[in-house]
Amino acid sequence: MIDIQTITNIALRAVKANKMRSVLTSLGIIIGVSAVIIMLAIGHGAQISLQNEMKSMGSNLIIVRSGVTTSSGARGGHGSQPSMKASDGDAIQNRIAKIRYAAPILEETAQIVYGNANWSTGITGTDNRNFIIKDWDLAYGRFFSEADIKNANKVAILGQTVVNELFGDVDPLGKTIRIKGIPFQVIGVMVKRGQTGMGMDQDDTVFIPITTAQKKVMGIKFPDQVKFILLQAVDAASTYTSQDEITSLLRQRHNLGVNKDNDFVIMNLTQMMEMMEESTKIMTILLGSIASISLLVGGIGIMNIMLVSVTERTREIGIRMAIGAKTWDIRWQFLMESLVLSLLGGIAGILIGLLGVELINHFSSFTAKVNLFYIMLPFSFSGMVGLIFGFFPAYKASKLNPINALRYE
Amino acid sequence: MLIEVKNIKKSYPLDGLKLNILKGISLEIGAGEFVAIMGPSGSGKSTLMNILGCLDQPTSGTYYLDGIDVNKLDADGLADIRNRKIGFVFQGFNLLSRTTALENVELPMVYAGIPAAERREKAVKALQKVGLKERMYHQPNQLSGGQQQRVAIARAIVNEAPIIFADEPTGNLDSKMSLEIMDLFTRLNKDLGRTIILVTHEEDIARFADRVIKIVDGEIHSDEKVIK
Ligand SMILES: Nc1ncnc2c1ncn2[C@@H]1O[C@H](COP(=O)(O)OP(=O)(O)O)[C@@H](O)[C@H]1O
Ligand SMILES: [Mg+2]
Repeated sequence: MIDIQTITNIALRAVKANKMRSVLTSLGIIIGVSAVIIMLAIGHGAQISLQNEMKSMGSNLIIVRSGVTTSSGARGGHGSQPSMKASDGDAIQNRIAKIRYAAPILEETAQIVYGNANWSTGITGTDNRNFIIKDWDLAYGRFFSEADIKNANKVAILGQTVVNELFGDVDPLGKTIRIKGIPFQVIGVMVKRGQTGMGMDQDDTVFIPITTAQKKVMGIKFPDQVKFILLQAVDAASTYTSQDEITSLLRQRHNLGVNKDNDFVIMNLTQMMEMMEESTKIMTILLGSIASISLLVGGIGIMNIMLVSVTERTREIGIRMAIGAKTWDIRWQFLMESLVLSLLGGIAGILIGLLGVELINHFSSFTAKVNLFYIMLPFSFSGMVGLIFGFFPAYKASKLNPINALRYE
Repeated sequence: MLIEVKNIKKSYPLDGLKLNILKGISLEIGAGEFVAIMGPSGSGKSTLMNILGCLDQPTSGTYYLDGIDVNKLDADGLADIRNRKIGFVFQGFNLLSRTTALENVELPMVYAGIPAAERREKAVKALQKVGLKERMYHQPNQLSGGQQQRVAIARAIVNEAPIIFADEPTGNLDSKMSLEIMDLFTRLNKDLGRTIILVTHEEDIARFADRVIKIVDGEIHSDEKVIK
């Protein structure tokens, strides 16, 4: 039986002898492998963005906002009829055991000014539960006090981006900024959080007490109105199982008769994220599968050239057989050659794929992320393609009759 | 007996008929003999030789090589016999192109599973025996016909195969080179004791052998010792 090293040498020599042809033959595999790597990287990048998004949002979240759900389940326009109050959130937190925290949220984009500097950013009226739910700490300063909430004090906690834009190197603590012309005292600065997976700057924000937002900054239609309530359930399962309780509690609080539709919408963010994660997974598999079709096409290209190679080298096969090559000696020789072709194509494909991923990250809005598994997968697939599509030519070669092969011109 | 053939027939189908090439050949060749097979072109010399060399199998008849019933072997069994017991020298040299003389000579040992270092050593020795050590890194297209044939002979003897089959080995060579090659065969036979079975249609070449078997129209016409 021929040894691996000799057979590899023979294969490498055959590939080198026809450099141009080898490159063209491997082209299908090169394109296939790089396409699979790029597609998997895009899918994988989307998954990671989503996971980061979930992490930054907080876990086990439910949002309850105003809006009509008809009995058929169709939703009305976004916040069409304001109906949610901060006290609804308190009731949910107090009465429903599966809900740990309920943070009221009222938000609006506004101009803020410090000295000569001004900046447009998102203002969020809320209370300290918002920070607990999001697991977001202060860099320095303090959170809202009970008095701040009770008295609707004009105090503000800033995100890092706002600090950088308005204050530069100046210590913002205790300074007065103006939000829509109203003076606020800065009491704290949040830890830098960076961008969300979707590319939103989480640090470009200002927090003020919910009561201050309701009474002094934002226009509301009825007392205690909020835009939505952010709920945190005790665990992921409870985001599903608590929904009936939330619904009946809110229907009761909003005095909705039996025939009336809900005037609120419950959105289970955990469920939404799980669904999105599922769909990015499916997208990844789909993209990868489509790209691997080109790998199969590449395999057919290899089979083609290997068949040509076997025909061209019929005499060589005859010589080898006359000298004592057995069936599998001949088979391995050609299998190795097609394996070398496909693996060289695979290596080139990896390099081009990685380059493509770099280009995508530089010049497009996609985040593509590679990992070792998603590189080795198409690479080993290319090896398999080489063996599978190389087998028929190798089989054909091994079945040649030594005399006919020797006589072949 | 090294080679024992009884009533061997070979026929090819042709337009629904049977084209009989060998019509019942029986012969025995002992170890160490130097035999020439002669006969007119198309008489079936190469066909017989391919059967004796285990490249082909007869339509009927029995063939024992060194006591082995060759008819019972499959393709891999035949390959194994060719590898261990037989060396071939062809009219057209049949060396691998773009492959050095050394690597060509190593080839039988590659399929015998001999380790690389030992292969190299034996191949160099074989090339030395045929007087081509200085040319061992040359490729076939850098060698003359006579030199190529000597590489082929080195390849045939390197595995210490007891039998060498040579089908018109001088057919592509001029008379000077032919004499050199025949001298080499004679030395291999006399000095190393290799059995040599040579196909030729030239009287001058056949004269180097000790025994001449004449084939005419697929049958043995005569089988005589050569008187020198
Ligand atoms: N595969 C084959 N199919 C049909 N006829 C063949 C085949 N091989 C050889 N022959 C015929 O057998 C005859 C003997 O051929 P061969 O043994 O090569 O003769 P030679 O004595 O010249 O070496 C020739 O007539 C040749 O045409
Ligand atoms: Mg002939």
